[in-house]
Amino acid sequence: MVRKVKADPKGVLEGPHFMDGDHALAEGALAAGCRFFAGYPITPSTETAERFAERCPEAGGLFIQMEDEIASITALIGGAWGGQKVMTVTSGPGFSLMMENIGLACMTETPMVIANVQRGGPSTGLPTLTAQQEMMQVRWGSHGDYRVIALVPDSPQECFDLAIEAFNLSETYRTPVFIMTDETVGHMHEKVVIPPASEIEVVERNWYTGPKDQYKPYKFGAENHMPGPMVKVGDGYRFHVTGLVHDERGYPQATVEAGKINITHIIEKIDSNADKIIRFEADQLEGAEVVVVSYGITSRIAIKAVMDARKQGIKTGNFRMITAWPFPEKQIREIASKVKAIVVPEINYGQMVREVERVAGGRCKVISVNSTGGAVHDPSEILAAIKEGRS
Amino acid sequence: MMEVRFSGFGGQGIVRCALITGKAISLYDNKFATMTQSFGPEARGGACSSQLVVSESRVLYPYVTVPGVLVALSQEAYNLYEPELGNGGILIVEQDLVKQKPDTGRVQVFPVPATRFAEELGNRLFANLVVIGFFAAVTKCVTPDAVKKALPELVPGRFLKANIQAFDKGYAYGNEIMAAKSGASVTADAMSEGVE
Repeated sequence: MVRKVKADPKGVLEGPHFMDGDHALAEGALAAGCRFFAGYPITPSTETAERFAERCPEAGGLFIQMEDEIASITALIGGAWGGQKVMTVTSGPGFSLMMENIGLACMTETPMVIANVQRGGPSTGLPTLTAQQEMMQVRWGSHGDYRVIALVPDSPQECFDLAIEAFNLSETYRTPVFIMTDETVGHMHEKVVIPPASEIEVVERNWYTGPKDQYKPYKFGAENHMPGPMVKVGDGYRFHVTGLVHDERGYPQATVEAGKINITHIIEKIDSNADKIIRFEADQLEGAEVVVVSYGITSRIAIKAVMDARKQGIKTGNFRMITAWPFPEKQIREIASKVKAIVVPEINYGQMVREVERVAGGRCKVISVNSTGGAVHDPSEILAAIKEGRS
Repeated sequence: MMEVRFSGFGGQGIVRCALITGKAISLYDNKFATMTQSFGPEARGGACSSQLVVSESRVLYPYVTVPGVLVALSQEAYNLYEPELGNGGILIVEQDLVKQKPDTGRVQVFPVPATRFAEELGNRLFANLVVIGFFAAVTKCVTPDAVKKALPELVPGRFLKANIQAFDKGYAYGNEIMAAKSGASVTADAMSEGVE
């Protein structure tokens, strides 16, 4: 059951601001009702933690600087089961450290929001420079089969807006939700308008209200595979939380059959609701010869290239993924069936383009405009690919 | 569209210049402004820079490509960034700190003794507000009202009045210079190289 309420005014810094994306993430989290943040500083994400730490006392929240990122993600799992909306923020190396317990959060259906302000990798890579190199890691980085939701903001305003959306999705589907931003958006200052609390809708946790002796922490096989309600640790309920395959009581069940039920549930609660989760922006797809598919900061650069191409008489459409995962398969498949080529610029050596290729299935050319990271594209690179795609 | 680079050395309030101006433009002048800054090892010591892209419509590409305005408050910043300033662009220099190359007329130069003015007002830390005032008068990129509305959260409260005085000083001086140059047209045309 999804219950929406108005935001708690204590967390809402209403008004227009000139703010960077990192700070806007913290404000979005506070507006969404996040009151627990555990993190470890890492460039270029630290400003989010600083802002949350500074602001959360007035909103009645708690910030803990943990000893590392493994501890941070683990503290989030505890904080969420303790009854809070929880968040952390990190970048490449810290994201890698979090991977194992991201799987634990998925397996235990623990709602949380994790922002990755992407910088150049691999390893310590280019700490101060922009990249989009963890788009596949966010999807596949922890072991085993699971699904995630990942959102990609293109501006400080969208960092604020999508932080709220991320919390709402994480409560609705009881799952970790990722905000895959980048150094450019994180450190770029623009106008951010924070609406009054009365205009911000937040999804409340689905609290269990039945008899104490009948509580089960999980629910499998519900309509649309929607997850069951939660309780707070310490409120007198008996339940078990484990990374092992479990039944609805949370007790380990080391059988093929139990695994089939458990794993199907954590996958299907995302897959079968993908249409409700996926958000995108599409412009002039009708009659387009070439469509540029992009996300995050790259989509702003892509618009410039698309406008240049149109000036040169090339019918060019633009498709911006706001949700990267679940991947907008239907939309991309339809585009692929109508155009000569799809151009995919991204600040990595070609990641989401593989998904576009898979879904396009040979119906059109797919051209990757990739990079080794550190800088946004020059629009002329994308324009050249549009021209190549049309020929 | 106008692309502006503020530059100098760490501690001169270079980033604050772009923050104040960007906030003023985007919140109170009803235009779009995107501000970025040098970050990381390159921002420590030596030349420090912040960038502002100003537009009537949404800014897409967030970085400066060919600046129409360069503010250079140190020799190193001048040496580094002057060559990228577009032809006919506006160059604002701290005249006591920057020794310029011989004027070839490639760009329009506007010297200002910002640090000296600030010291006359009691503290050299106000030099960046003198610069913003001078910048506002010369470029018309931002209105004085908007800057004054933007200031309160961006400078310490006890120095707000002094910062406004510094802004006014720079603005008045800029207007004097512009009046003296009147006839010679420093116009928006020069600044909007690369208009779309």
